[in-house]
Formats: sequence, C-alpha cells, structure tokens
Amino acid sequence: MNNGMLRVREVNLFRSQRRVLAGVTFDVARGELVALMGPSGIGKTTVLRVIAGLETFQSGTVHVEELALNGGDDHAPATLQQLHAKVGMVFQFHHLFEHLSVLKNVWLAPVYARGIPQREAELRARELLAVLGVEHRATALPRELSGGEAQRVAIARALAVDPALLLLDEPTAALDAGRRAELRDLLRSLTHEGRTLLVATHDEDFARHCATRVLRVFDGRVSEDSAS
Amino acid sequence: MTTFASFWSRRKTNFGSIVSTALSRSNIVRAQGPLRVACLTALTTLILPPFGAEPSESPREFRWAGDPEGGAPFVEADPAQPDKLVGFDVEIAELIARRLGRQTSFINITFTSIDQSIERGDAEIGLSGIEDTPARRAAMAPTVPYYRFREVLSVRDGDATRWRTLADLRGRRVGTLGGTIAYETLLRAEREFGIHAVSYDDDVHPYSDLVIGRVDAVLLDNVLAERRARALPGFVIQPQSVAIGHYVGVLASRNAGLRDQINEILRNAMRDGTLEQIFRKWRVWNDDQPALHAQVLAGEPIAADKGLATANTTTVLSAWQATLRYLPSLLRASVVTIVLSCLAMALAVVLGISIASGRVYGSAPTRKLLTGYVEIMRGTPILLQLFVLYYGIADMIRLPAFAAALAGLALNYAAYESEIYRGALEAVPAGQLEAARILGLSERRVLTLVRGPQAFRLALAPMTNDFVALLKDSSLVSVLTVLELTKQTQIFATNIGSWIIPGLLCAALYLAMSLPLAALARRLERRWKAATA
Repeated sequence: MNNGMLRVREVNLFRSQRRVLAGVTFDVARGELVALMGPSGIGKTTVLRVIAGLETFQSGTVHVEELALNGGDDHAPATLQQLHAKVGMVFQFHHLFEHLSVLKNVWLAPVYARGIPQREAELRARELLAVLGVEHRATALPRELSGGEAQRVAIARALAVDPALLLLDEPTAALDAGRRAELRDLLRSLTHEGRTLLVATHDEDFARHCATRVLRVFDGRVSEDSAS
Repeated sequence: MTTFASFWSRRKTNFGSIVSTALSRSNIVRAQGPLRVACLTALTTLILPPFGAEPSESPREFRWAGDPEGGAPFVEADPAQPDKLVGFDVEIAELIARRLGRQTSFINITFTSIDQSIERGDAEIGLSGIEDTPARRAAMAPTVPYYRFREVLSVRDGDATRWRTLADLRGRRVGTLGGTIAYETLLRAEREFGIHAVSYDDDVHPYSDLVIGRVDAVLLDNVLAERRARALPGFVIQPQSVAIGHYVGVLASRNAGLRDQINEILRNAMRDGTLEQIFRKWRVWNDDQPALHAQVLAGEPIAADKGLATANTTTVLSAWQATLRYLPSLLRASVVTIVLSCLAMALAVVLGISIASGRVYGSAPTRKLLTGYVEIMRGTPILLQLFVLYYGIADMIRLPAFAAALAGLALNYAAYESEIYRGALEAVPAGQLEAARILGLSERRVLTLVRGPQAFRLALAPMTNDFVALLKDSSLVSVLTVLELTKQTQIFATNIGSWIIPGLLCAALYLAMSLPLAALARRLERRWKAATA
C-alpha cells in the first residue's frame, strides 16, 4: 500500500441474519476526501463504524495503512489501540462528553490517551477551537451549543489527537447553507495538510463541491460513482 | 431478649393488630353468632402462628404476655415440644388463671416492650421475670413481689479472685440485659468505678461473650446466672450480691381491680405452698423466698428495686428530669449512629463500585461469583448476617462489636449499591463510550473519565436514599451490643415506662441527621443536573 491510506476488501456483515454489507470493496488514497453517498439507512454509517473498529464483521479485511482488521475476529485491544492512533471519527450526533466543558472535551484525549502535558494540550485545544470558530464557547457545556457549534467542537476533538484518517458521519445534517460552505472549506483545508477524509453523506451538493471522489452505497455494496 | 424470635414476636403483635383492624372493617364483624365465631377462628388459625394468640374478647381467657426468647426458667419453649411453653412464670400464669376460673392465652411480646404492650391492652398481665422498679410502680399496677432475686456478678474462672465486685472492674467491659435494673446499676458503676457497660438484647449471649472474652464480667439475676452456669462452663458466680430485687406481675394502671384479685391469689399461693412447689420444681427456691413470702403475707412494705445500694437514680422522675438525664446518652448514641452509618456507607460505596465494575467488565466466572454474592446478601436478612459475623464466626474470627456491625452493614449495603452502580454504568449512552474509545482512551480511562462520572450522577439519588435507609437500619446493630440511638431510646423508654418523649426525641435526632443529608444530596443533584441536562 504505497500511497494507500485505506483498503477495504470483501467485507460482509450480517445482523440477525440480515446482510448489511455485502462484499464491500474500495480504496482511499492518502490526502483524498472521499464522499460515501447513499440514502439514509443504506449502510454508510456501518461502513464507517467497521473502519473505525466499532463493529466486527463476519468476513473480509480492512487495512488502515499497514494495520489489518480481519473479519470473523473480535478485534484485539492492542489492534484497536493502534487503529485509534490513526483513525478519528466525528459522529452524526457528535457524542460530546456531556459532563465536560468544550475545552476539556478537546484536551481530554491528548492528555490521557497520548500523554501530552495538560498545559500543552489545552493550548492546542484553544488553537483548534479558534480555527473552527468556536473558541468563545470554550467554557460552555455541550448542551449549551447549537448544532453547528457542536459539530465544530466534535471536529476539533477528533483533530486534537491528529488522526491520519478522519471519518465524518453526516457532517452537514445539522447545518444551514452558510455553515455547510464553511465546513466544506474546512474539510478541504484538512486535506491540504495531508489528512485523509472519508465522509458519509446523503447531501449531493456537498459531495459534488467538496469531495475529490464519490462512492455510492447501494444494496450493501460500494461502487465508484460514474459521474465523479 | 430480642433476636429473631423477638422480631417475629413484634411482627406477630403488629399482625394481630392488622387482623383486628381488617376484621373490624369487614363484613365478618357484622356476622352474628356461630358464623362470626367460625369466621374469626378460621382467620386467626390461618394467619397467626403458634404463641401468637390474638387477643380475644372472651372473658374466659386470661391473656398474659411474656418473652420466650432466652426466657428460661421464666418462659421458654419446651425443648422437647417447641409449641408448648414451660417455665415458672408459665405455671404462675396458669395458677392465676385457674383461680380466676379462666383459661390462659399467651401473647408473645419482646421483653423490653412488655409494659407498653400491657398498657395498650394486648394482654392483662405481663410475667417474664419483670422487675419491681419505682418507675413501674408509678406508671403501672404491679402485683405484690412473688420472687426475690439477687444481682450477681459472673466472671471467667481465671478471674475469680481478682474481680469480685464492680469496683474491681475499672476499665473493663461488663455486660447485662438492656432495660433492666442491672443495666441501670452498670450505668451508675460507669460513673463511679469507671467500668464500661455493655447492653445486650438477651440474657444468653452475655455469658457466651464472657467465656470467649468479649466482656470481662456479666451482671444479671442469680436465676439467670445459675441457669447459664449449669449449661455453659468457663465462668463463676461471685458470692457477694450487688443488689437485691423482686419479680412482679405487671398490669395496666387502669386494671387495679384485677391486680388486687391477683395479689390475693399470689398471697394464697404463698400460704398454701403452691408457689414454693413451682419454684422448687424449677430449682430456684432458696432461703430468700420464705423471708419474702413472710413479708408479703405480713403486709410489710417492700422497697422497689433500685440497683446499687443508695442509688437514687431510679426514683420516679418527671418527664423533664428524665429527658435531661437521658439526653446526653441519646446524643452520644446519635454520634455512634452517624459515625457507624457514614463509615459503613463509605465502605459500601467502595465495595459496591468494585462489584459493579466486576459485573460489567469482569470475566464470566468473575461475573457469576459477584452475582452470587449480590443475590446472597440481598436474599438473606441483614440481621442474620450480623449474627453470623458477630456470633457465628466468633470461634474463628472474634470481631469487636463495632467492627462486626460496620462490616455487616457495609457488606449488606455493598450488594444494593453495586446494583445501583451497575444500572447506572449500563445507562450511560453507548455513543459516549464509543466516542471515548475512538479517541484512543483505554477502557480504564473510559471508565474513570467518562463512564464513571456520568454514571455517578445517575446513581446519586438512589444512593442518597440508601444512605438514609442505612441510617435507620443501623439500629439493627444493637443486637451486637452496639449502643446506638434506637437502642438507647428503647432503654430510655423502658426505664421511664413511656415511649412518647423518648420516641419524639429519637425521631428528632434521626431527622436532624437525615434531613441535612437529603438536602445536601438534592443540592449536588441540582448542580450536576444543571451541568449535564
């Protein structure tokens, strides 16, 4: 995998005998911003969760750089630990830690997962919040944020641990047109830093203007979008 | 004399009242003649256990109350035929009933509640080695004394020569039955000789604790001491008696007419030797009894029992004097209650968190083991657990009373706490945990930084509830001789013959402890809810 960041091969996933993913196969190169398109409930989120190690699958393989996740196994804690050093995820419903301030949401993982001194992590967190335009909400609690603010804090939290591959699930769902444009610019700038992004969305306009490539999910399979 | 049986007896009394209330509100009470009798008999037979005879309206019945728990040779269940009562008080009750032309009906009442039960009309007379005290004379209608006893000191065989009197026992623990003249005597000896009085709920465990070294001496009636000495080796009874007292029957103050009839029956039984026969049969006849009987028959006044010679502590006190006298000991007992409850809750929280974590994160065998622990602790009475910890394992581990009480409460409440925490841990949304895991936090960090703090907020309200419950359940440890608030109140009430002032004071002290706690918990809940709502 020379320039490959992500390689997904023949991933099959069943839930209660229902086939959710049927031989999903695709690649994402380093620095790409790939949109994973398809209507709601078609399995886009499941693909992201499989890559993030949050779901086990019955067969197939997922490689993130050289790290492999194999179907049919429960992922070993050590494998997940390595995976989570490479992959970050922004959830559709953000899942910000409800009991912590915005600032602490962002510096928590750098300090306790990466061992960065708190002072340094806090400075970096403030910078990220500033870049994302939510520094003024540093002391707020997640429940006090608007949908757009929560979205940007969730991105800041994911970026704080500096993942090579960032997965975003329906990032535009809670945003108006102006905010969507801002987000598009932000995601593009992230790819300029060499980061790879895989974005699950059903927002055609967003995908067309933002993604370097579009993948379509249909009937449990992923295929290259013919128009992209 | 309270252990399981006395709890049962308490329940029986309450149950009896419930049945009476239920019957009085039902159509059964309006049924007439044989139908009504049949209904009442059938219900009483179905609901009430042996000994728990329901007070009846029939004038042919002579209802008498006693406590068979550890009650030998006064009142006890016949070891050969446990549904039959035996003892010299049983025979005296039968003698009185026979001469009144009535039939005995026994009501099982906890020893320390006999006066109150008689006063409220559960039975006509209480007979269970009841002492002739000034308070009882003032508040009740006691019979003439029918037996003279001596308060005697028992010590281990090896201590017989060095500890002959209470004055020799400075700094030592001396046990007795709570709510008795002997206990009053020990309280006075605490002040005068620096001993440490230990109150028991029954008259059996003081002697077993004496033999294994939990107490250094026991002060109790010679009747009880001699009876225990025959069954339990390892202690001797000192020949010098500490005080002299008398047993009486106790009737409600409004029942003076019946009391006078019973006095006449007792005098006749003294004259014709019937009482002597009864006491000889139970091996308690001695030289003190002819002298007492002669005094009674001659109509000579007999002083009420006062414990230590010259003691003026048991003279009749006004309610105000009694309150002032008992308030310091109630406050001290409150300190015991709050310290015990706080320590037990702290331990229960730590253990509960460990158990809950083990049940959520542990391996299958660990989960099974911890589930078994929780089910055993929740499925058996806390009183049983306390007895096992203190008396049951005493041959292997001899825990001090406070430590056993603390361990018992903590181990029991840990099971309940663990279920609260387990539920709270599992109620934290999965998305929060996934978000933490994908950020690279280890499972331990996920628990301590995200799941634990969020679960704690969910658990706070039920935890507060449990703490208040523990505060009250701590009263159960009095069975292990820990003198906490409820036990001290019971002693207070028994000694003044009324529950009104002691009950109000006790309730006020419990509320003074629990209300601030509840307020603090509400404040914390509000603060954390505001932070996370």
